Amino acid sequence: MTTEMICAGFGGQGVLTIGKFIAQSGMKEGRNVSWLPSYGPEMRGGTANVSAVVSDEPIASPIVSYPDILVALNQPSLDKFGPQVRKNGVVIVNTSACPHGCKREDVQIVAAPMSDIALEIGSIRVLNMLAIGIVIGKTGLIKYDTLEEDLKSFLAAKDPDLLELNLTAIKRGMEIGQQG
Amino acid sequence: MSKILMKGNEAVAEAAIRAGCRLYFAYPITPQSELIEYMAKMMPKVNGTFLQAESEVSAINMVYGAAGCGKRVMTSSSSPGISLKQEGISYIAGAQLPAVIINVQRGGPGLGDIQPAQGDYFQAVKGGGHGDYRMIVLAPSSVQEFADMASEAFDLADKYRNPVTILADGMLGQMMEPVEFKETLSDEEIEALGEQHKSWCIHPNEDGDKKHHHEINSLEIDPAMLEKHVENLYAKYAEIEKNEVRYDTYNLSDDNEILCVAWGTASRVIKSAINELKAQGKSVGMIRPITCWPYPYEAVAAAIGPKVKQVYVFELNTGQMLDDVKIAVCGKAPVKFWGKVGGIVFTPAEIQQKLEECFK
Amino acid sequence: MEVIAKRPETLRNVPFTYCPGCMHGVAHRLIAEAIEDHGLINLMTGVAPVGCAVFAYKFFNFDMAEAAHGRAPAVATGMKRARPEMHVFTYQGDGDLAAIGTAEIVHAANRGEHLSVFFVNNAIYGMTGGQMAPTTLPDMKTTTSPYGRDVNDIGHPVRMCEMLATLVAPYYIERVSLLSPAEVLKAKKAVDKAIRYNKEERGFTFIEFVSTCPTNWGIDPDKSRQWAKENMLPFFKPGVFRDKGEGVE
Repeated sequence: MTTEMICAGFGGQGVLTIGKFIAQSGMKEGRNVSWLPSYGPEMRGGTANVSAVVSDEPIASPIVSYPDILVALNQPSLDKFGPQVRKNGVVIVNTSACPHGCKREDVQIVAAPMSDIALEIGSIRVLNMLAIGIVIGKTGLIKYDTLEEDLKSFLAAKDPDLLELNLTAIKRGMEIGQQG
Repeated sequence: MSKILMKGNEAVAEAAIRAGCRLYFAYPITPQSELIEYMAKMMPKVNGTFLQAESEVSAINMVYGAAGCGKRVMTSSSSPGISLKQEGISYIAGAQLPAVIINVQRGGPGLGDIQPAQGDYFQAVKGGGHGDYRMIVLAPSSVQEFADMASEAFDLADKYRNPVTILADGMLGQMMEPVEFKETLSDEEIEALGEQHKSWCIHPNEDGDKKHHHEINSLEIDPAMLEKHVENLYAKYAEIEKNEVRYDTYNLSDDNEILCVAWGTASRVIKSAINELKAQGKSVGMIRPITCWPYPYEAVAAAIGPKVKQVYVFELNTGQMLDDVKIAVCGKAPVKFWGKVGGIVFTPAEIQQKLEECFK
Repeated sequence: MEVIAKRPETLRNVPFTYCPGCMHGVAHRLIAEAIEDHGLINLMTGVAPVGCAVFAYKFFNFDMAEAAHGRAPAVATGMKRARPEMHVFTYQGDGDLAAIGTAEIVHAANRGEHLSVFFVNNAIYGMTGGQMAPTTLPDMKTTTSPYGRDVNDIGHPVRMCEMLATLVAPYYIERVSLLSPAEVLKAKKAVDKAIRYNKEERGFTFIEFVSTCPTNWGIDPDKSRQWAKENMLPFFKPGVFRDKGEGVE
C-alpha cells in the first residue's frame, strides 16, 4: 500500500516538519518513505509545502499528483491542493486560517480551528504536532508510539519542556482525528 | 547499520567522507548549500580539509592541486557554478587527475532559477570545457543511489585517473529519503589508496629514495606529443566505454508497447506513470542510463521489444539525452520527446497522459 | 679541479628556454639556490604559471604542477592542503598574477596560505608577444596599447605589493629588482628569507621581482635594465612592505 500526502501552509507554520516526522516514523516502522519540500528564496513568511510518501513498495515518484491526505494550514493551500485530493481521500483543514473551507463532497474532511487549539494548548509552535495527531487519529498512517519515541530523542536534549507540550498536542489531534 | 532519513545533499557528503574524501573545496550556491554546509561541519571532525574558496574557478583549481597530490578530493556546485568550473575540469582531464565533481542541477540558462532541472546533460556528457576529453557522468535517481555513487565515483576516478561527475538535481539534493551507508574507510585504508598514485603524483622524496620529478600538467607544446597524448586519452576512454556502462530497467518485457528512456529524477516520475498504466493493462517499459557517459547505446537498442511502437524520451530539458537515444535506436523505432523546463518537474499525471495518448 | 660554480641540485639539467637577456633564468636560479640552501629538495614542490615561465615545471628538480592562467595560488592551496608536509611555491608573471589571477592571489594572501609566491613584473605580456600588462607603465607602448597606455581609459598600473600589504594575514612582502648585480644579491637575500619562512611554516610570503623584457620592449638587455631603473623603479619602489619576522607591519 502507498499513501501520498501533501502538507501546505505559510512558511513558519511547520509544514515541512509535519512531513519529516511522518517520513521518519514511517521509515522506523520499516516502510519506504520520501520527503520532498518546496524550496525557494523566501526563508520565512511565504507559502511552503511538502510531499511525503509512505509505502510498502519502493517509491516511484516522490512528486505527488493526487494526494491521499492533504493537510491545509491556510486557505491558499486548501485552494491549491484541495481539488487534487483523491476521491475518498482525507482533507485536514485548519479553519482558523481557512475562512472559506473546502467545498468538495467526495472527500473526508476533518475541520478544526487548529491554530486556536494550539494556542489553547500553550503555543502556536505545536500546530504542526496537532496536525500530525489528526493524521494519526484519522488514518493510522503511522503509530503514535513510533512518533513519541522519535520526538523524545529529538527534543530530550534540546528542550524537554517542549516535549510535553508536543505530546499533548499530538494526543489532542488524535482525538480530533478519531471523531472526524 | 540502520537507515537514516537524510537530504540528498547531506547524504552524498557523508558518503564521500566515508569513501575517504578528506579534501573538499567549494563555493556556496543553491540548491546544493546543504552539501557545502555539511562538509564545513564534518570535515574538521575527521581531520579533513574544508575550504570555502573565493570562487568556483578557484575551487576547481584547488581540486586540481590536491588531486595532483594523489588524494581523494571533491567539489560540488550547481549549474551556473559548474559552468565556471569547466576550465578546471578540462585541465583535470588533460592532466589525467582523479577528482569528483557534484552538480546539483538547477534551471537555466544563465542565472535561471533554483528549481530542479536536467539542462546540463550536454555540458557534462559532451564536454563543457575545451578540447577533446571525456568525463565519466553518473546520474542518480534516489538519495540512496546518490550516496552510493560517492564511493563509486572516487573508485572510477582513481582507476582511470579521470574526472567523474555525479549529475544530480535540486530535487535529489533537497529531498529526504532513508539512506543506509555502506562501508567506512579507515585512515589506514585511505592512506593505502594513495599508494596507487605514487608513480605520478606530487609527494615528498623519502630519504635515500631515487629522486623523482613528476609533472602535473596538461601542456604538450609539440604537436606530435599532444597527438600522442590525446590518442592515449582516447584509448583510455575506449576502455571506460567497454567496462563501465551502467543502466537500470523498469517493467521491461516483450509485451511493452512503449519504451521510455529517462535519467535521474525524471525516471522516478516515469515509474509512477508506468505503474498507473500497468493497472489499466497497458505495458510500458523503461530503461534508465545510470552512466550518461559512457552511454548505454547497446542496452537502449536491445530494450526495444518486439511490440514497441514508440520510444519515448522524457527529460527536464528541451531534449538533450534525446540525441543519444536517437543514436542508440538508429531508426529502428520512432523516437518521441517530451520535457519540462524552467525548473518545473513533470508530474506522474502528466506523464501518464502523454503515454495514454500513444495508446489511442 | 676545483669547482667554483655549479648548477644547484634543485635545477634539472635542462637548458632554460628564455630569450637572451631575460631575467627569468636569474630568478629561477635564486629560488633553486635558496631551496637547496635550506635542504628542502625532498620536500619542495612548485606551480608554474601561464606566461613565459610556463615551462618552469621542467626546470626544477622536484615535483611540479603547471596551472591554468592565473590559477597558480589556488592550485598551490590545494597542494599545500593535500600535502601539508611539503613546501609549496608559485612562480607567476604580471598578466598571470595581477590581471587574470587577481582573485586567486588576493585570497590566497588573505587566508595566509603557507606558500611562497614569486612574482616577476616586467610590465608586459611576454609569451603572447608584447601586449599590455596590468603593470604596464603610463604612456608605455605595447602591441595592445599602440598609442601608449592611456590611464584615463584603461587605468593605472597595479602595485601588487602595496595592495597585498593592506591585508592582515601576509607574513612577508618585499619588492626587489634584478636590474644590477648588487640588486640581484639583495634579491637573493629576500628569496632566501621567503624560503626560510616557508620552511618554518610562518605563513604567506610574497616577493616581487622588477624585471625586464628586452625582446618585447625592443630594447637591448643592457639598455632595458637602464630603462627599467629610470621608469619602473620610481613607480614600483623596492622595499619591505611587511615582515612579521622582523617586526615590519
